[in-house]
Amino acid sequence: MTGRLGLAVAVAAVAAVPYVAPTYHVLLMLPFMAYGVVLLGLNLLFGYTGLVSFGHALFIGIGAYTGAFLTSRFGVRSLEAIVLTAAVLGAVVAAPVALLCVRYVKIYFGMLTLAFGMVFYTVVLKFYRLTGGDEGTPYLRPSLLGFGLSDIPKTDYLTGPYYYYSLVVLVLAAAVMWRVVHSPFGLCLKTIRDNPAKAESLGIGVGRYRWYAFMISAVYAAVGGALLGAPIGNVDPTLAYWTHSGNIVFMTLLGGFASFFGPILGAFVFIYLEDSLKSLAPSSWRLIFGALLAVIVIFAPGGLMGLVGRARPRST
Amino acid sequence: MSGIFHASILFLVSAGLQVVFGVQKIFNLACGSFYALGAYVGVSAVQAYAAAGGPAAFFIVPLVLGGLLVGVVGVVVERGLLRFVYDRDETFQLLLTFALVLMLEDLIRLTWGTSPLSTGGMYLVYGQVRILGAAVPVYNLIVIAASLVIAGGIGALLTRTAFGRIIRAAADNREMAAALGVDMRWLYASVFTLGTTLGTIGGALVIPATAAMSEMGIELIVEAFAVVVIGGLGSMRGALVGALVVGLLRAVAISVYPELEMLLIYLIVIAVLVLRPRGLFGAAATAT
Repeated sequence: MTGRLGLAVAVAAVAAVPYVAPTYHVLLMLPFMAYGVVLLGLNLLFGYTGLVSFGHALFIGIGAYTGAFLTSRFGVRSLEAIVLTAAVLGAVVAAPVALLCVRYVKIYFGMLTLAFGMVFYTVVLKFYRLTGGDEGTPYLRPSLLGFGLSDIPKTDYLTGPYYYYSLVVLVLAAAVMWRVVHSPFGLCLKTIRDNPAKAESLGIGVGRYRWYAFMISAVYAAVGGALLGAPIGNVDPTLAYWTHSGNIVFMTLLGGFASFFGPILGAFVFIYLEDSLKSLAPSSWRLIFGALLAVIVIFAPGGLMGLVGRARPRST
Repeated sequence: MSGIFHASILFLVSAGLQVVFGVQKIFNLACGSFYALGAYVGVSAVQAYAAAGGPAAFFIVPLVLGGLLVGVVGVVVERGLLRFVYDRDETFQLLLTFALVLMLEDLIRLTWGTSPLSTGGMYLVYGQVRILGAAVPVYNLIVIAASLVIAGGIGALLTRTAFGRIIRAAADNREMAAALGVDMRWLYASVFTLGTTLGTIGGALVIPATAAMSEMGIELIVEAFAVVVIGGLGSMRGALVGALVVGLLRAVAISVYPELEMLLIYLIVIAVLVLRPRGLFGAAATAT
């Protein structure tokens, strides 16, 4: 029960941020919520199925470029349409990619996802006539629920309607994912993670289930990517670079991949830490981040949630 | 010809990757960063040498010395970080090397700044020769020859010396090697240092022909990654063939259809991973 209460408090706190916090911090919450959606999906693959993808920036890129193309090339401004198209395109691209990737595990899975991610990166970088190359493609302000909202200043738009839109998407995405991981399907994934041979002998189609998990995570990453691109206003290929894939795995590990909400916490801490370190130590924030990652990997593989969990027994 | 030059540098870095993967089963994402480190140290060494008034013709001596000496970083990294995670899941090992990538990138920026550094036109001191109608700096030929020598040296080290036999035994079966009395701590430290040094010497050798940039490491790692996948993880012959494939393909693609440059290489990587995941020369045992 305390878990559910804590969750309600957390959501209420995020909802209250635009009223209490300075605009700057409110704007920082936008990438946090977008990454939250991405990481919910990534962790289905990482934490629950035991497959670490080093190429999920590919699907973030697909989501973000979907938004950019729809708004600036095809005149589609509705964010609902963008999110849906991103989800569909993410699934369409993921279907064959996942089919090939899930035949492997561990390092080979990671390498294959990294290679696919770099294919996408190279395509968007090199075919500049289509994608704008490294200058990127503008992501124009999307309309929300049919309201144009093009006459209000950009900050008001982002800290107001867009903020709550992102929050609703995040909460919905988390609710759906909660159902998924607590369903028999989620149990099957955990079984596959812990003992694939046993899962197979129990009649679980290991390959098929891994494929499902990959597909869901790709759709989540694409939706998150669509949300991520709009506040920036411009989508460029660095979103799809392999270090970005590494960063989202880092966020997941930072928060704790063994826990449902760990990755979301990880995204929050990562975004704030990155931002404050970038202003405090602009030339050495990567150094500090790398050292932090090394410390987590060596001493606290359970991440922040793991540290909290060690201090007190789990309430849920 | 520039393809072969590039391939010989790629071979050095990938060989470092391979030797570490072969023994420690760690895919070292930071090998690109070691390469960048070697490049910057190489530039500094040559600049210091030039400032001290050394004759230009021997600039290669401080270059190589710098590249070799900075390989010592390998010991520090192995003893200081990697030894804690050998019994962990390989995901964590991969992430730890990713942490190294982040740290080294900033360390390089803090030490040498963000603007590209080069040794000027010093490498032209050896002149140029015409091969098949194209002017090729003699320096490039020296580097190609040097990496062939290094390739032969590693081959001899692995097949003809006691150290090489221990490496191959440990790559084959770690527990058995340890049980037979091989000091694994010493072996891991020396193998990782060997791998690191191959990367740093590669970086040092490439630098007279180009400029040192802080991004060079993370760009090279994806190419080295392509090399080892095509050649097969853990295989030295694979690294040689893979480096040639990637280096030449890149050179051909750049002159024929630049948009395809890296794309073609990644498509081959995917084709290899899908059709023959152990690569062209990889051992079957690593394909699990």
